[in-house]
Amino acid sequence: MSRLWVAVLAAAAGCYLLKLAGLSIPQRVLENTVVRRIAALLPVALLAALVGVQTFGSGQTVTVDARLAGLAAAVTALLLRAPFLVVVFAAAATTALLRLTF
Amino acid sequence: MNDRTVSDVRRTAIGVAIATAAYGVSFGALATANGFDVWQACAMSALMFTGASQFALVGILGSGGSVASGVATAWLLGARNAFYGLRLASLLGLPPRRRPLAAHLVIDESTAQAVAHDDPALARAGFWYGGGILFVLWNLSTLAGAIAGSLLGDPKAYGLDAASSAALLALAWPRLKGTTPRLVAIAAAAVAVGLVPLVPAGVPVMAAGLIAVLAGFARWRE
Repeated sequence: MSRLWVAVLAAAAGCYLLKLAGLSIPQRVLENTVVRRIAALLPVALLAALVGVQTFGSGQTVTVDARLAGLAAAVTALLLRAPFLVVVFAAAATTALLRLTF
Repeated sequence: MNDRTVSDVRRTAIGVAIATAAYGVSFGALATANGFDVWQACAMSALMFTGASQFALVGILGSGGSVASGVATAWLLGARNAFYGLRLASLLGLPPRRRPLAAHLVIDESTAQAVAHDDPALARAGFWYGGGILFVLWNLSTLAGAIAGSLLGDPKAYGLDAASSAALLALAWPRLKGTTPRLVAIAAAAVAVGLVPLVPAGVPVMAAGLIAVLAGFARWRE
């Protein structure tokens, strides 16, 4: 089995078990306030980190290129409360146009 | 939400699902742009069915990260669904035999549509319609996006790498309310980018997850 299939199936199995665990385990296990706070902040931290790495990382080096302009376009669209597809399209179009021009 | 009847709830569910299908199209296209085939993109939407984890897995493996770091990040992002399940278990009053199917539908949107109602019947309708209709549209839109993405040439020529960052930012955006989440987001992004030259791909994102752990303890001590 290819490594991508291993990743897909392993990630899917874990994500399903987490959902099932939430419905099945006794309430008190996850009642702790610190655990709850960490759980609320974890998606924020991971998604922000992914945005950073995908915008500035290329392999093992950090670079500033057309992707940053794309991200700026996305931020602008989000501030203007644009729908999701507009946000993604603004980022892609800005980056693609810059690459085409320079 | 002002939905008073089950048919109101169902109408809301259809609206939310149509809006979310935009994410599905983007996900399918980004998955194929990052080296996954159409079947793998569809398998992720059908079997994982939790957007942030899917985008993360695709992004990390697409940028050269290891299987282990991609899978671990997907799990960490999926951990929030366990907390949703906790809240839903008492709200929906599910009999044990229904849990395996219900569990698959525990996501951001179905939870939001269930907890919007105090009335148990409407809460149940919000969960099952919200999750069920979204599941169908999420998978159809993933398939459409994956086929479209696989027909494109070099993803960078279309700016799809920046689109991936934009999609993740849009997922994080509604959570960035208040000082603590914003500081955590900035710190996590800074730590992750700073670690890029120092550690293997995939590790910086997981390391940045520690920022959330530290912030969780810090507020507790106040």
